Amino acid sequence: MEASLATIISVAHIAAAVALLNGAFTTFGQAKIVAQAIESMARQPEASDDIRSAMFIGVALSETSGIYGLVIAIIMLFANPLVNIFIKFVS
Amino acid sequence: MLNVDNYWIIEIAGVEVWITETIFNTWVIMSILILIAVMIRIGLNSFKTIPTGFQNIIEAAVEMFDNFVNNTLGEKLSYIAPWFFMVFVFVFSSSLFSVFGLRAPTADFVTTFALALGGFLGMVFMGLRHRKGKFLKSLFEPNFVFFPINLIGELAKPVSLSFRLFGNVLSGTIILTLYYALTPIFFQIGIPALLHAFFDVIIGFLQTYIFVILSLMYIKEAAE
Repeated sequence: MEASLATIISVAHIAAAVALLNGAFTTFGQAKIVAQAIESMARQPEASDDIRSAMFIGVALSETSGIYGLVIAIIMLFANPLVNIFIKFVS
Repeated sequence: MLNVDNYWIIEIAGVEVWITETIFNTWVIMSILILIAVMIRIGLNSFKTIPTGFQNIIEAAVEMFDNFVNNTLGEKLSYIAPWFFMVFVFVFSSSLFSVFGLRAPTADFVTTFALALGGFLGMVFMGLRHRKGKFLKSLFEPNFVFFPINLIGELAKPVSLSFRLFGNVLSGTIILTLYYALTPIFFQIGIPALLHAFFDVIIGFLQTYIFVILSLMYIKEAAE
């Protein structure tokens, strides 16, 4: 029983690491947004206020997937439902 | 760090009420904010037509937020501004609260979900009030087959809004707790100030701004 519990926990840790990998893609997307916004700000400095607020909204919206990954990783590590199910039904 | 401490358990009419760290800290922040509000009210006993000194600062702050809401929502819908001023002040001061090494109430999913649910109910209310039937009809656009997808899209709004704020504040809390737990006491003297300044003040302000402006965008989308 302990061996299978250890397997479940180690797989959960690997899953958490994989879930956190999407931070790389999220950062890439955010960098694209900010680069484009700075470019258009340099082209049209009089519209920079509108561009800045739109940039913040875009950055926040694309950050959502990264935050979801973080929440999934935290659930995997600290509140894993599989461990409870295993302890309840198997043992 | 992840577990919310439970201070007391009170029984009211046979129902257990758990007074957790989150509730306690929320009440501390609420009492501080109410105290500041009462002090400002006493200090500004008589409003002058031409403001001077302290009244200037208060009027500038309120006017700045009113202009922000006016620019986002337009004149007709901007009567919702006081609620969002409250949300802004509460979320930002709870981010600042963790500068003192205490747990911010927004690092608990319950608080952020309550705030986002308030914004969502405001969205539904304002949509029904200003667009009446058209708001309900927009759920069936472009075809009645799309009703489940539209409904899920609407219901995902408060969830994503609250998860964003919760994840950001919680990640800052986790990183700072790890730093305090792992480093020797020599490193805990000057360096955490920088970390607190970044994770609590800058990220806190940015996430508060984003929380408020996204709620305003949802309301604008529903009510116009």
